[in-house]
Amino acid sequence: MAWTRNVLRVNLTEGTCAKEPLNMEWAMDYLGQRGLASKYLVEEVSPEVDPLGPDNKIIYATGPLTGTMASTGGRYSVVTKGPLTGVIACSNSGGFIGAELKSAGWDMIIVEGKSPSPVYLHIQNEMAELLPADDLWGKTVWETDEALHTRHQDPQLRIATIGQAGENGCLFSAVVNDMHRAAGRSGVGAVMGSKNLKALAVRGTKGVGNIKDPKAFMGAVNAGKKVLAENAVTGQGLPTYGTQVLMNVINEVGAMPTRNFREVQFEGAGKISGEAMHEKRPTDGKANLVRNAGCFACTIACGRISKIDQSHFSVKNNPKYWEATGGLEYEAAWALGSDTGVDDLEALTYVNMVCNEQAMDPISFGATVAAAMELNEMGVIPAEDLGELSDLKFGNTEALCKATELTGRAEGFGKILGMGSKRMCEKYGHPELSMTVKGQEFPAYDPRAIQGMGLTYATSNRGACHLRSYTVSSEILGIPEKTDPLSTEGKPELVKAFQDATAAVDSAGLCVFTTFAWTLEDIAPQVDAACEGGWSAERMMEVGERIWNMERQFNMDAGMTAADDDLPPRLKTEGAPSGPAQGMVSGLDEMMPKYYEARGWTADGQLTPETKTRLGL
Amino acid sequence: MQKSLHIDPQKCTGCLQCEMACSLENEGVFNPAKSRIKVFTFHEQGLFAPYTCTQCAEAWCLHACPVDAIVENKVTGAKEVKADVCVGCKVCTIACPFGTVNYSQDTGKVVKCDLCGGDPECVKACPTDAITYVDADWTGLDKMRAWASKTSTGTEQPQA
Repeated sequence: MAWTRNVLRVNLTEGTCAKEPLNMEWAMDYLGQRGLASKYLVEEVSPEVDPLGPDNKIIYATGPLTGTMASTGGRYSVVTKGPLTGVIACSNSGGFIGAELKSAGWDMIIVEGKSPSPVYLHIQNEMAELLPADDLWGKTVWETDEALHTRHQDPQLRIATIGQAGENGCLFSAVVNDMHRAAGRSGVGAVMGSKNLKALAVRGTKGVGNIKDPKAFMGAVNAGKKVLAENAVTGQGLPTYGTQVLMNVINEVGAMPTRNFREVQFEGAGKISGEAMHEKRPTDGKANLVRNAGCFACTIACGRISKIDQSHFSVKNNPKYWEATGGLEYEAAWALGSDTGVDDLEALTYVNMVCNEQAMDPISFGATVAAAMELNEMGVIPAEDLGELSDLKFGNTEALCKATELTGRAEGFGKILGMGSKRMCEKYGHPELSMTVKGQEFPAYDPRAIQGMGLTYATSNRGACHLRSYTVSSEILGIPEKTDPLSTEGKPELVKAFQDATAAVDSAGLCVFTTFAWTLEDIAPQVDAACEGGWSAERMMEVGERIWNMERQFNMDAGMTAADDDLPPRLKTEGAPSGPAQGMVSGLDEMMPKYYEARGWTADGQLTPETKTRLGL
Repeated sequence: MQKSLHIDPQKCTGCLQCEMACSLENEGVFNPAKSRIKVFTFHEQGLFAPYTCTQCAEAWCLHACPVDAIVENKVTGAKEVKADVCVGCKVCTIACPFGTVNYSQDTGKVVKCDLCGGDPECVKACPTDAITYVDADWTGLDKMRAWASKTSTGTEQPQA
């Protein structure tokens, strides 16, 4: 019973906030967070809805373990129809606001309609109200955070907000909570912006107390914490280097996409790696990394807190960037660095800070800049479009910094970058140079050198994404067992299994990084002790599969076809130029039919009636 | 032998496991808002600092209480609030120089750390040993050890 069983429904058009009971029948089938919020979305929103229109809804959802002592139990998800992709969007974030919302007594907030003027949602336990945000409109995440803390005179208020990017319809704008944690992907920030909803400000003091069997729960929680502590990745690698532990590893195996995926190894990887963040700078004798930090209840603590070199050109005259704040994680370091050919650690830290400050997804932003750099080197972007970014070319650090500032404020060429890589590449007549699936930019693994990731990107329900089935675990790190990254053999089944398991983890309130150490056998006992319903690992897999198929059906109803389950031609025709995968392309076309078959879908990727019946859809 | 909570902010990652363990033990819920130990985040410095009652030997709160609701546990040394005696006057919250005694609106009483009767839950929950429970006479031992390790032991001569 770790659900609060309360849903807050906010109608921005009417200006109302109302409480309603959580649909427990759905909770039994979809658990919580990603799965349950997606179920509400699918039931309440037409798949054909305009993502930025008033009829789209945006749901902020916790899981049953959010707000408990289960390690990493502080997650929440933002679920909506995504403007970047035109398919279902579900972005997951840690930090503290998810647990705060749960502690205030709510499982989820469903926001519908559009406010006539800017507002923010203020929640204090059962009290929820929409307050004017005219004075907050135009403010960054950091300014909004400060203004709301000052206004409410409550240092313990937790805030999630959009920056200027989301207000201005940047298609990869994020929702940033607690200053530097992000529900980052698919443009969920733009949906908030389109509704004139600036921020959520939440204070909860009720706690989470309705654990089904507290004694069994603490037994399972403590056993789980022990497994995480004793595992090399979650106990040592991630706390020490963060996700940046991967930079050198992925570069070694030739899967580090470089300069818009023209290359697969970056000569500057060492300079922007997790190890480099620990090294003392010659300029001030201090390391980039100040310390590691945990999100709510997290005993891994992979978060990076960095301080930038004050003498660096990017911040020299700008003291607001001198304080400690969220530092580079692997995805950001790759997209902003390797993909753009920039190897200046301090510059990347600055650019990452601006992404947090303006609430933009650094993956999509960096990848879009990389595509722009390639287009610009080909000379196909008119000078009047580029404006002051005429020298936006691979390896140009100053141009990258400038591009970030402009995109954050939606000015000049930044407005075009804010459309994302797909629309930008189409605009300049080279759609083939956009490294995207379903309009969403790739993350940091080249599918030619890690074959499972090609299938992962192509079939992800929210567009290209590593967090839907992180087969890197198996193919590179050997978790739970080693498979050959260069082979397509067995990958369709592996991808399916990872997709289903991950959907279940995302629906529990836990962080997917636990799965470097945990399997569902570690997670199910925690869910089962907290929640009624009898939660075994098998049942969680079944729930995961149900969620996956439900998301897929929504996307097909939104107009997606099997043709959208594809990779750009570069990855299927241009061999990897170096590394262990030299000469290889993605074997996507061999894997796809087997994947559809493993899913119980037709040859053109449609759910069969049997599959729907089997999963109760 | 009495023991003391020993806190090393440099090891704290700000995860709030201690706050949840505390609230679970004392209130039966996971609720940082009801914890007797609080982790403070100094965002701009990148610092997390857990803070709670130091169990003063001459406890201001105990002396200030007009109804003798705060008493010393002779075994653990903890100054404990007797909830059935406390009248919620809050004088102890004013007397405490460190702010570690606080009023609870729900119960009309004050709450403070009682060292969980000698087996502090925050210590067991902390994943990084930022909170430990050590010999009360030797809370400086790990700092001494750290400095000792930096002192020349003969392998190197100190620089003039």
